[in-house]
Amino acid sequence: MCRLATVIVVTSGKGGVGKTTTSASFATGLAQRGYRTVVIDFDVGLRNLDLIMGCERRVVYDFINVINNEANLNQALIRDKHVENLYILPASQTRDKDALTKDGVERVLGELKQSFEYIVCDSPAGIERGALMALYFADEALVVTNPEVSSVRDSDRILGILASRSRRAEQGDSPVKEHLVLARYAPERAHRGDMLSVEDVLEILGIPLLGVIPESSTVLQSSNAGVPVILEESSDAGAAYGDLVERFLGKELPQRFVTTQKKGFLKRLFGGS
Amino acid sequence: MGLFDYFRPPSSSKSAALAKERLQIIVAHERGDRRNSPDYLPTLKKELLEVVRKYVPIDQSQIKVHLDREGGYEILELNITLPEERLSSR
Ligand SMILES: Nc1ncnc2c1ncn2[C@@H]1O[C@H](COP(=O)(O)OP(=O)(O)OP(=O)(O)O)[C@@H](O)[C@H]1O
Ligand SMILES: [Mg+2]
Repeated sequence: MCRLATVIVVTSGKGGVGKTTTSASFATGLAQRGYRTVVIDFDVGLRNLDLIMGCERRVVYDFINVINNEANLNQALIRDKHVENLYILPASQTRDKDALTKDGVERVLGELKQSFEYIVCDSPAGIERGALMALYFADEALVVTNPEVSSVRDSDRILGILASRSRRAEQGDSPVKEHLVLARYAPERAHRGDMLSVEDVLEILGIPLLGVIPESSTVLQSSNAGVPVILEESSDAGAAYGDLVERFLGKELPQRFVTTQKKGFLKRLFGGS
Repeated sequence: MGLFDYFRPPSSSKSAALAKERLQIIVAHERGDRRNSPDYLPTLKKELLEVVRKYVPIDQSQIKVHLDREGGYEILELNITLPEERLSSR
C-alpha cells in the first residue's frame, strides 16, 4: 500500500437530509476514479445504504457480525455491481447501536485500512452512539446540510462534536477536516428569499463548501432503482455529485447549480419551472 | 410561475433573512456554551499527565478528560487507565 487510508464520515445531526444518498454517490465517485473504496453503513437497526446501492439481496453478514467475530471481513464485504474498486459493508438490521464498540470499530477500520484507500462512513442521524462511533475515527467529514433552520443548527452542533469528541480531538492531533455539502438546494427559492442561500449557510457555519446538490427528482428515481445518483451523469444531481468528488480530489471547479437559469420573459410567464 | 408572481418584486418574502438572523443568534449562543469550558481542558490534561507520570508510566491516550453540561451542572469526567503489569506485579 503506497498511501495511508483516509476515513471520511458523512454526518449531519438532523435526519433525512441526504447522508446516505451522499455516501453512496461519493463512494461510487471515488471508486469510479480508480480509488479502492469501501462504504460502511453505521445506521445499525435501520440499514438503508444497501437499498440505495442496490445490493440488498446480497447481504449475508454485516458490520456487527464482523465486530463480534461471527464473520470475517471477506464474508461480509459486498462487491458493488456498478463500479470496480467498490465494496459495501452493510449495517445489522437486528441489533442495536450498543453493539458498536469503540474497540470493535477500531479493529475493523484497521483491517480495512490494509486494503482500501478511502473508507466512507455513512452516519445515522442524531448525536447518540451510532453517530459518535461513525465520526470518532474520521480524518475528514462531509457535513450534509439542507438550507433550512433546524438542519443548519444541527450541523453546527455536529461541528462542535467533531472538534471535541473525535479521536483526533481527544488525542490532540490535527483536527478533522470539514467539508460542507449543501443538499436539496433550490436556487429559485433561495433567489426569491424564501430559502436560505448558499452564502447564508456558509456565513453561519463557516466551513469550506465542497458541493451544492440541487433538489432533484432523479434522486428519488435512482433510489427506486438502487443505482447511486452519481451514475445518472446527465441529471443535475448526478453531475453535482461528480463535481463534488472531483473537488474532493483536488480539482477546482465552479459550483454549477447555485444560480437560477435565466429565463426569457415568455417562458417565465407561461411556464417551465 | 403565474402572471402575478412575475410582477411581484422578488424580495417580497423575507423569510430567509429572518431564518438567517435567528440562526446567527442561536448558533452564537450554543457555540458560547461549548467554548466556555474546553479551553482549559487540554492544559488540564497535560498537567495531569505530568503528575501521574511521576508515579506510573502512562501515555496520553490513557488519560481522558471530558466535560459535560446538563441543566445548570457541569460534570468533569476524568478517566485514567493504568498499565496492567503494574497491578499484577504488586
Ligand atoms: N438532492 C436531493 N433531491 C431530492 N431528494 C433528495 C435529495 N437528497 C436526498 N433526497 C431524498 O431525501 C430522503 C432522505 O435521503 P437520505 O436517506 O439520503 O437521508 P439521510 O440523511 O441518510 O437520512 P437518515 O438520517 O434517515 O439516515 C430520501 O427520500 C431521498 O430520496
Ligand atoms: Mg441514512
